[in-house]
Amino acid sequence: MMTHRDALEVLAAHRRDQIVVTTMGSVALWPQLSDSPLDFHYLPSSMGQGVPVGLGLCLARPGHGVVVLTGDGGLLMNLGCLVTVAQFQVPLYILLIDNGLYEVTGGQAVANAGRTNFAAIARGAGIGRVYECASRSEWEAAAGESLSGAGPVFVWLKVAGELGKATPSAPHPMAEQIERLRAALLRCGPVTP
Amino acid sequence: MLGPNDIVSALEAAGFTHLVWIPDSHLGTWEPPLRGSRLAPVRVCREGEAIGLAIGLLLGGGRPLVAVQCTGFFEAGDAVRNAVHDLKLPLKLLVGVRGARAARAGKTADNCPHFAEKVVAAWEVPHTRFDPAEADAAALTSALKSLVDQPTAAALLWAE
Repeated sequence: MMTHRDALEVLAAHRRDQIVVTTMGSVALWPQLSDSPLDFHYLPSSMGQGVPVGLGLCLARPGHGVVVLTGDGGLLMNLGCLVTVAQFQVPLYILLIDNGLYEVTGGQAVANAGRTNFAAIARGAGIGRVYECASRSEWEAAAGESLSGAGPVFVWLKVAGELGKATPSAPHPMAEQIERLRAALLRCGPVTP
Repeated sequence: MLGPNDIVSALEAAGFTHLVWIPDSHLGTWEPPLRGSRLAPVRVCREGEAIGLAIGLLLGGGRPLVAVQCTGFFEAGDAVRNAVHDLKLPLKLLVGVRGARAARAGKTADNCPHFAEKVVAAWEVPHTRFDPAEADAAALTSALKSLVDQPTAAALLWAE
């Protein structure tokens, strides 16, 4: 089984000019692999809102791709967001980091850990492009295709649960992150809602 | 009394780019004029999600209005806290107060009017009351201008 870091290393190798929204454990790992002004570390957050934030960015910046790294615990708090996303043809790439745990709070299992079929939920919500990867090699094989083209896309990445990690903190204060992101988006072109 | 066409026209004129909403029996009457509107309606499944989506829109340069019933606002508290106080975004809300008119007339036991303003105030969101049954188009334009001009987050408590 791949590690959380494996999953993000593969993303880093295939990410193009997309905005990357990180949540929870990914906030700690992604800055080790990327320091782009198009990285938005959604921390402090409202748990479960990572995907809606990504969809909002897509709707504000038509045509600009957005990758959202969400955990299984966060997604389970807000499963309806997949139905909302499915209404729109937008380049939103949802990467579900499924470790079966609330890692940040000490490793308690999420509800029904290991038995929930997230790919079926995404398909059932109406998302047409759904991928499922249980190893680094599977993810490496699917990443190029899944992180490009028409969206929305849902990628279920099964990773090993890891305990004892430090509580994540964002590498830049929120106000600075917002300013960096907005400046970078302005350089990409004006808003055309 | 303002009708759905008047309201949607005023929302467009106020400069909002997106209406992130969940209809209730009052807000839902806006749906026919919204179909032909340049205001892009975004239907979500739950009110906290509406706030998350508005965060993304605001980060990307959009000017969204979130329109939800107060019952949904109650549910959305953590997302409101995050948008307004962690991210300090100028989130604009229209919160439908279910039973507000009936409560004023002493004709309902609905506790929504009792809690709505208290909960909005608890999240420290500046707010004003507005009753579309007693207002004209100029009053709505003025109320929306005040909402938009407020540099921080703000809410209109919309009597239903």
